[in-house]
Amino acid sequence: MISLYLIENEAKQLLLRYGIPIPKGILISNYKETLPGLSNLKPPYIVKAQIPAGGRGKTGGIISAMSPHEAQEAVTQLMGTQIMNFPVKQVLIEEKLPVKKELYLGFTVDRFNRSYVALTSKMGGMEIEDVAEKTPQAVVRTTVDPQLGIRSFHALSIAKQLGYRGGQLVELSIIIQKLYQAFAENDAEMIEINPLIETDSGSFVAADAKIVIDDNALFRHPEYKAKETQMLSVQEALALKNNLAYVKLDGDIGVVGNGAGLVMATVDLLNFFGGKPADFLDIGGGASADVIKVALKIVLDNPSVKSVLVNVLGGITRCDEVARGIIDAIKEAKEKKPLAVRLVGTNEKEGKRILIDAGISVLDSMEEAAKQAVAFAVGEKP
Amino acid sequence: MGILIDSKTRAIVQGITGKQGSYHTKLMLDYGAKILAGVSPGKGGMTIDGLPVFDTVKETLDSYSPNASIIFVPANFAQDAVLEAIENKIKTIVVITEHIPIRDSINVIANAAQAQVSVIGPNTPGIITPGECKLGIMPTSIFTPGNVGLVSRSGTLAYEVAAGLRAKGLGESTCVGVGGDPVVGLNFIEALELFKDDAKTKAVVLIGEIGGNMEELTAQYIVQERYAKPVVAMLPVALLHLANGWVMQEQ
Repeated sequence: MISLYLIENEAKQLLLRYGIPIPKGILISNYKETLPGLSNLKPPYIVKAQIPAGGRGKTGGIISAMSPHEAQEAVTQLMGTQIMNFPVKQVLIEEKLPVKKELYLGFTVDRFNRSYVALTSKMGGMEIEDVAEKTPQAVVRTTVDPQLGIRSFHALSIAKQLGYRGGQLVELSIIIQKLYQAFAENDAEMIEINPLIETDSGSFVAADAKIVIDDNALFRHPEYKAKETQMLSVQEALALKNNLAYVKLDGDIGVVGNGAGLVMATVDLLNFFGGKPADFLDIGGGASADVIKVALKIVLDNPSVKSVLVNVLGGITRCDEVARGIIDAIKEAKEKKPLAVRLVGTNEKEGKRILIDAGISVLDSMEEAAKQAVAFAVGEKP
Repeated sequence: MGILIDSKTRAIVQGITGKQGSYHTKLMLDYGAKILAGVSPGKGGMTIDGLPVFDTVKETLDSYSPNASIIFVPANFAQDAVLEAIENKIKTIVVITEHIPIRDSINVIANAAQAQVSVIGPNTPGIITPGECKLGIMPTSIFTPGNVGLVSRSGTLAYEVAAGLRAKGLGESTCVGVGGDPVVGLNFIEALELFKDDAKTKAVVLIGEIGGNMEELTAQYIVQERYAKPVVAMLPVALLHLANGWVMQEQ
């Protein structure tokens, strides 16, 4: 659920380790630096804010600079600002490449074929989703046989579709194979070079790159472990630590449920009854009272929340554990907020008894509970 | 009747000594499922709920000839557990484990296709053919023998629908959770193919989710094949699609 992005410079350094050429550049992490490495780079430059999001170009995150002085100015301009809600802590200065052509190269998961797919396009430099939507024929999809991976002959076929021959064909095919290797060995869900630039002299260089790591594979990649939490808010980090899937939304009704599908349907239902969900929180399967307490705490601590809707249909999740978690969370809550609870399934009787003893009413249908949560949010008293 | 599992299914439990494995083995036995043995490396010789425990799947073959396995092995070791079941030609392999890396799922599913065995899941609540057999973790009280084939990407929503069917006096031929992960073994179209040939199934309910294009391709399949039985589909799409900060990885 949490996507683990490697930002441009990290992604490029990874590609470089696999032997894929990247532009000459320096990474600036300190605002006051006098850019010592700049003398080794030939102008013109391109100065890029390092944030985990695409579309930086359109929002002022990429600046061209003709001279070292302009590069210095661009760094000053970018560093410390917010771009697309991300604080800019690092800036990358690179030599601007003489571009003949911009290509797109990527690999991602092919859900339906239960494999991977290579995506390539002669129309690089734009978001691949936009290209696929406007000109679907411009994106070539090649399904990967997961047992073979990308062999030299596969890579050659893909490179050929991009229109190359001779030495360039071989050079490009080697980059494709290395990109797949980087994708596979790092348990990536997505890897892309966009654009891969064909320079005036005919060689290929990865001008921008993005990698998303499968967070379920972190047990094989301790090197990415620390990244997992660095982009998260306090609540999101707490949720992640407790295996809760949490997404903050901008409404006023807290939503807690078990199973992504059920929570989504709950959010839909709230919306149907005119309520505005403040979050999506899936406690997963088999959550203990302690975990449920944390889940409620995350939701109750959100100052926008006026009422909370708990929707649990227990299978592997036990209703008595849910009830205990709710009671514990309420005891420690800073502010009293009304709860609408729908609780059915495994150990239902015991769960209901615990809540009713504590003065919390319990409903059997999610429709009724959703209606009640909406009523509580507009001030009706429990 | 029903699909994938019935009263004749002979099953083993891989990861039987774990907390979830042992807990649900008892519930499956209580439901009347023919669970014959368990597997747990290093625990061979133990007994759980009266069932013998072995170190490997291979050791269960001679005495029990299992044709199904349900897997509770933790994510880090789950790939090998599924491959072990595949290598021993277990026909129906239900993978309950969640958080298995996508790469591992893709690998085991490719191997299963080659060996011509079915993998259900991962990250599935399992399968239940009400009144006959349950290889899963779903609460049994909401399922009723009947004529509706139920196939779902979401566990709890399948329970919701089963409870709804029951309230209307209907029940299920079989309920299959295909699993909530981006990459799963048995998909909607394959489940529909199985329900098509099942005499007991008169109609099918599909419960989809956002992410991926399995629902769209299944709709195409239903139209193109002029699917012989009525299909009702539910797809909670949620304003989540539009909500801030929510990124679904579309394929």
